[in-house]
Amino acid sequence: MRDITLGQYFPGNSPIHRLDPRTKLLGMLAYIIVIFFVKKITVFLLPALFVAMVTYLARVPLSYLVRSLKPIRFLLVFMFFINLFMVKTGDLIWEWRFIQITEGGVYQAVYITLRLVLLLAGTSLMTLTTTPIALTDALEKLLTPFGKLGFPAHELAMMMTIALRFIPTLIEEADKIMKAQMARGADFESGNIFRRAKSMIPVLVPLFISAFRRADELAMAMESRCYHGGKGRTRMHVLRFAPRDAAAAAAFAAMTGMIVLVQALWV
Amino acid sequence: MPIVVEKLNHAYMEGSTLAHDALKDVTLTIGDGEFLGLIGHTGSGKSTFVQHLNGLLQPTSGSVTVDGFDMADKKQRVQGRRLVGMVFQYPEYQLFEETVAKDVAFGVKNMGVPEAEAMARADEAMALVGLAPERFRDKSPFELSGGEKRRAALAGIIVMRPKYLVLDEPMAGLDPLGRRDILDTIDHLRATLGCAVVMVSHSMDDMADRAERVAVLSAGTLLRVGSTAEIFGDAKFLLENGLDVPQVSRLALALRARGVALPETIYAMDEMELALCNLLGKGAEI
Ligand SMILES: Nc1ncnc2c1ncn2[C@@H]1O[C@H](COP(=O)(O)OP(=O)(O)OP(=O)(O)O)[C@@H](O)[C@H]1O
Ligand SMILES: [Mg+2]
Repeated sequence: MRDITLGQYFPGNSPIHRLDPRTKLLGMLAYIIVIFFVKKITVFLLPALFVAMVTYLARVPLSYLVRSLKPIRFLLVFMFFINLFMVKTGDLIWEWRFIQITEGGVYQAVYITLRLVLLLAGTSLMTLTTTPIALTDALEKLLTPFGKLGFPAHELAMMMTIALRFIPTLIEEADKIMKAQMARGADFESGNIFRRAKSMIPVLVPLFISAFRRADELAMAMESRCYHGGKGRTRMHVLRFAPRDAAAAAAFAAMTGMIVLVQALWV
Repeated sequence: MPIVVEKLNHAYMEGSTLAHDALKDVTLTIGDGEFLGLIGHTGSGKSTFVQHLNGLLQPTSGSVTVDGFDMADKKQRVQGRRLVGMVFQYPEYQLFEETVAKDVAFGVKNMGVPEAEAMARADEAMALVGLAPERFRDKSPFELSGGEKRRAALAGIIVMRPKYLVLDEPMAGLDPLGRRDILDTIDHLRATLGCAVVMVSHSMDDMADRAERVAVLSAGTLLRVGSTAEIFGDAKFLLENGLDVPQVSRLALALRARGVALPETIYAMDEMELALCNLLGKGAEI
């Protein structure tokens, strides 16, 4: 149970860690868009190099990056084979009864898999080097201009912060309650899906009760410290762009430029 | 047959950079019907140890055998677990049913006991922990007071008639009277059911008062096991290892420091009384 973590932050003090979270957040969005514009397998070399460079600079062990692919390993395999068998363009390479594998299928399968791997590696790199709290801060700051249109940026960020704060607590609590019920003979592992769902009731009821109790206590604690929303609140950590953010943006722009150039000239 | 723990090692988050050895080569036997106290600093591995007795954690190495059932084996674990009733710290937070009786009966129902018999056994268990069945049976567990909730949770364990009752800080967060009540209930259960009790507690007074044998854990290793008199008679050992001593021991130490000739092994109130009377009888100055 405890192994479930949302942010998979890898503590460090590298130049990448120190980048403004807004830079990283926007960079990640741009990166996703760029990846979707890549048309040829060979061109993936450029973003791959970029990811490798960032990984090196961030001093994140490669094993962490590989581990972040683990949750989607089935999706990867599934996408690979679906494309392999379903895409029927180009020469036939191999045939067995109704299964036909074509050149186009192989190409598409590799292309899609690479795209997914690169997408995940890039986004993981951001969550590995940015704390969830910093990300929430960045999101709040980036969304604040929309506040004029009635968008509750601060409230949203506060909700996210609180949720993030309580995820480990609730996981720990769920773990404890599950153990306590297991000691009373509860069985969470056998039976069909309905039985299993039903067997979760003895865990969910106490968990909800405690979540509500905690929410109540937190609301009380916040109110007693005069919390009244975002108006006029100053921050302890003020986000400031630094020269390294400009350098990062330039590096990213260079990569994008090269992709555009390569695709325009050779593809 | 006893619970045999042999060379038990437990590492949390094995294989990660945060790996942490919570138990190191712990070997201990828990006999039938005994009252074993488990003491140690916060973080010394007490809770980790007691969870192994019920197979809720799996050893990194070493073994735990409950009456011959190997707790590492999935099938045997189910049978072994029925013999060991485990009461966690703040057990009241595991209540979930609509009525107290239903909640108490949860464990036996999981054992496959038919509804009517399960309810009868729930009544019996409630009576044993001092919750009058006719008054509490149909109440919602969430309407009970803190102390009553804890009793209800305790009833939910003993309804399974465990041969070993394991309690992790059962008195945490209760006032002195409530603590006393729970301790008396535990003694009463042991007398009527004949079960062995393994109790974790930070209160040396309660330990000295009730336990027959005491095990001392420190940073995951078993420092010492011995009779209660042996462990608490050695106040120096406890203090050297950063543990508290019973209040009577503290008083004895203070008196000895002022030159009162008290024996070094005093830790219980009646011993103290006797020793002081003896001294006064001899006309000593205090
Ligand atoms: N689920 C867990 N994951 C990682 N480490 C843990 C976990 N549970 C306990 N630990 C660590 O293992 C060690 C032993 O913990 P344990 O809970 O057994 O101590 P304890 O003696 O019961 O302490 P206390 O008196 O505070 O209850 C501690 O250092 C603790 O930080
Ligand atoms: Mg503990």
